[in-house]
Amino acid sequence: MIEFSNYDIIRNLIFAAQWTVLLSLVAFIGGTLVALALTALRLTRNSILQKLVAVYIELFQGTPLLMQMFLCFFGVSLLGYEISAWSAAILALTLFTSAFLVEIWRGCIDTLPKGQWEASRCLGMSFLQILRHIILPQALRVAIAPTVGFSVQVVKGTALASVIGFVELTKAGTMLNNATFEPFKVFAMVAVIYFLLCYPLSLSSKILEKKFNVSR
Amino acid sequence: MSLVNLHQVHKYYGDFHVLKGIDLDVKAGEVVSIIGKSGSGKSTLLRCVNGLEEYQKGGITLDGKEVTSEDIQVRRLALSVGMIFQSFNLFPHLTVGENIMLAPTIVLNKTKAEAKTIAEEMLEKVGLGDKFDRYPEKLSGGQQQRVAIARALAMSPKVLLCDEITSALDPELVGDVLKVLEQLAAEGMTLILVTHEMNFARDVGDRVVFMHEGKVWEEGNSKKLLSEPETEELRQFIGAVL
Repeated sequence: MIEFSNYDIIRNLIFAAQWTVLLSLVAFIGGTLVALALTALRLTRNSILQKLVAVYIELFQGTPLLMQMFLCFFGVSLLGYEISAWSAAILALTLFTSAFLVEIWRGCIDTLPKGQWEASRCLGMSFLQILRHIILPQALRVAIAPTVGFSVQVVKGTALASVIGFVELTKAGTMLNNATFEPFKVFAMVAVIYFLLCYPLSLSSKILEKKFNVSR
Repeated sequence: MSLVNLHQVHKYYGDFHVLKGIDLDVKAGEVVSIIGKSGSGKSTLLRCVNGLEEYQKGGITLDGKEVTSEDIQVRRLALSVGMIFQSFNLFPHLTVGENIMLAPTIVLNKTKAEAKTIAEEMLEKVGLGDKFDRYPEKLSGGQQQRVAIARALAMSPKVLLCDEITSALDPELVGDVLKVLEQLAAEGMTLILVTHEMNFARDVGDRVVFMHEGKVWEEGNSKKLLSEPETEELRQFIGAVL
């Protein structure tokens, strides 16, 4: 049997943490793109589109991420497509992230006074022009802090990719535990690494919030 | 020549009948003040004229042409009708100059240089030539409202609608804004204003329209109407505001 030194454990965990970071990044970017599209759909006055977006949000906010992970992994396979744990994890996390971001951003857009839309319309601007020149620049300032804050949830959410066999930080921890039989030590290290990933995010969210509040 | 004409305009909010058949005719260069209690439909009337609110029956013509829902959809209407709001509605993330330049640039496709010339000219006109690079939040309410006027003028509208534009201002700032309106009126701009400034309505306005319960209750020459009201409702209203 191979002996694992503390150094070995940390080295392996940090290696796996790179996958956690990559998964978080891709899911966050994917979620942002999908959420942008959904936000645009929601702002149109088409009530059918708005309903569809609402259903989407309810669906992915109202079910555990773990189930979404399972469904993406096994569901896509059932349809006859080969899907890797990595792709399934990206898919599930993108859906999950976008459902929350749309809702966060809606709140930000709703804080802008209705008069901004009306004044823009009275100046003859089109819907897209109003979005681009008036609404988005202002909503972005408000949205940036809660969005960065939510990224912490995405990082922690990646832990669930371990259940479909994707080797990221949590899965690596489980495997190292199976080899070393030192659960407390291993999982404490895992937790510390998560904390080191998430703390800078929540801290910067707080700083951003202060910064944008003062200058308004 | 009639510039804005409303014939039998009816507007409902659900079951609530806000406008009950409004007839109104405004000639080019005329200054018309709409007065009345809150809830009498004054602001709604104004918002129907520029397409911010839909109406259910009747019609509005602008410059002799019927305003269609397509005009509103493609925002053709907005090019002829400017609007100033009680709450200014300046764009807080843009400087004063950018606030004025934006619509001429992206809606009228003017070049930056052209738009800048227009913006400077309009700011000069409202007495704020030195505020081009300021942000709106650095200005007083009266100054912000004058920027809003400059912004609307930059689109060279045929008629300017003013929705209680001095109501949110400190009393000492009202005068500056009214002075700008007075100057516009003297230059021949057509103005339709919902206002509580009776002195302004009397001295600068040509005509006063008194609205009551969703109808044009009484209208006529401003000096005559305000000094010799015919209906009991207008008499009561004037008694209450003066």
